[in-house]
Amino acid sequence: MSKYETVIGLEVHVELHTKSKIFCGCSTSFGAPPNTHTCPVCLGHPGVLPVLNRQAVEYAMKAAMAINCEIAEWCKFDRKNYFYPDSPKAYQISQYDQPIGQNGWIDIEVNGKTKRIGITRLHLEEDAGKLTHIDGGLGSLVDLNRVGTPLVEIVSEPDIRSPEEAKAYLEKLRAIMQYCDVSDVKMEEGSLRCDANISIRPYGQEKFGTRAELKNMNSFRGVQRGLEYEELRQADILDGGGEVVQETRRWDENQGKTFSMRGKEEAHDYRYFPDPDLVRLHIDDEWKTRVRASIPELPDARQARYIEKYGLSSYDAGVLTASMKLADFFEESLEHTSDAKASANWIMGDLLGYLNANNLELDAVQITGQGLGEMIQLIEKGTISTKIAKTVFKGMLETGKSPQKIVEEQGLVQISDEGAILAIVDSVIAANPQSVEDFRGGKDKAIGFLVGQIMKETKGKANPGLVNKLLMDRLKG
Amino acid sequence: MSITIKDVEHVANLARLDLSEAEKEQFAGQLNAILKYAEKLNQLDTDGIEPTSHVLPLANVMRDDEVRDSWPVEKVLRNAPEEEDGQFRVPAVLE
Repeated sequence: MSKYETVIGLEVHVELHTKSKIFCGCSTSFGAPPNTHTCPVCLGHPGVLPVLNRQAVEYAMKAAMAINCEIAEWCKFDRKNYFYPDSPKAYQISQYDQPIGQNGWIDIEVNGKTKRIGITRLHLEEDAGKLTHIDGGLGSLVDLNRVGTPLVEIVSEPDIRSPEEAKAYLEKLRAIMQYCDVSDVKMEEGSLRCDANISIRPYGQEKFGTRAELKNMNSFRGVQRGLEYEELRQADILDGGGEVVQETRRWDENQGKTFSMRGKEEAHDYRYFPDPDLVRLHIDDEWKTRVRASIPELPDARQARYIEKYGLSSYDAGVLTASMKLADFFEESLEHTSDAKASANWIMGDLLGYLNANNLELDAVQITGQGLGEMIQLIEKGTISTKIAKTVFKGMLETGKSPQKIVEEQGLVQISDEGAILAIVDSVIAANPQSVEDFRGGKDKAIGFLVGQIMKETKGKANPGLVNKLLMDRLKG
Repeated sequence: MSITIKDVEHVANLARLDLSEAEKEQFAGQLNAILKYAEKLNQLDTDGIEPTSHVLPLANVMRDDEVRDSWPVEKVLRNAPEEEDGQFRVPAVLE
């Protein structure tokens, strides 16, 4: 156990999935050829006027409400000034002292305990362009397609106490944004990005230690690993009698280390001032009420409902609701079976196992919630055994065919005909006299071998309960 | 409040301006004159008056979320000092 307490605050950027940019009509779609989604407004040509996208404001309001923020009645946009080739105007339009949302919170669950993490603010701003470094450091290429994509920046209070909590916070935030349908929240495409402030202090000390700002953590795992590395690095410095330097550090995923980004500090003089091109924003109660009404059931409420209505454990319900698509899949299955626990088990075991092993998202596989529900029905009816269901499930994952069709095509119907099974039982007994003798001599294990032989003969399709019963009858009879 | 040479150097650095010693002197003087002029505003009693963030008495000027045509990339790059593969090429910037 370390003698230091870790203090973490996260700054999360979420790209809002409007069709057009925040201040102009250029498309925001991902993956277009460089600089084909630009115009004089987002290129920062002289004399142009930005006009605010109403949908971006509503998404930001929705996001702020979903994380329990107070919504500003009045707010404005400010210019954050800095020189960098990713910003053609040499300033970013952001919100300085009047963010859309303030004083929110979300609950996270770590090691079975619920903890509330405060949210300082959520504000609306525009994204910057993308730089590619070429020629071994001789030049950089600039693609300005992303400039002007609407973003919300969500700043947490320094309430997070471990890298694990940071990951849980980020995952909960992603789920909420996904449920609200304001963003694609894909870290690999950059529509969800995370910076962290991290410091450590001896337990019992009230004053925060000197913090480092951590950047470039491009995955959930990266966030956790980057923070874990930084915890140890800072502890080593303090243990050696040194002092942590306040600086920006870059996480290098391949090397598993953080590196100082010298010279960044000087640039932190942004000289914010109100953007004279944009008038103020007034958010009245009627508008708030309308946006609030568009917020669907959020992950926490859905998790509580699954525990209450279906008797799932808190952990299982948490896993199912961490992704809205997975939760929707689960609910679709329940339109075709009443066995919620069976459905949850198949999803958490076979489905997530398959997706994780192959590094896939749910939309990359063909199986539907309806297919799973119907398959569970086939098990209940005795048409297939649980063992055969594994084959059917795999078939659904890979082909998307209905379970009935797979069972039919592959001849997987369970054999429950006593006469047919009995004939095989007899032939297996006749062919394995040694095992029969072992069993009668008291070696219970021998029964497993005989059952295995029978299942082999029937290609796993014999009703296992019936096989056991008939075999025992014969051996003991 | 008075602008020193150091302030001028700081602002020039932020604006990426390379000033001669004479220019620093000159701008320090000019900036001081401007601030002194603006200081007249301090004579007004502004107690109880909301800060003004915009001179127009307007709010909520917004557009619908509709995609419009962007510029052709050839036109976009006409302002590029250098270009490569449809992109602006700039001197190397450090991450």
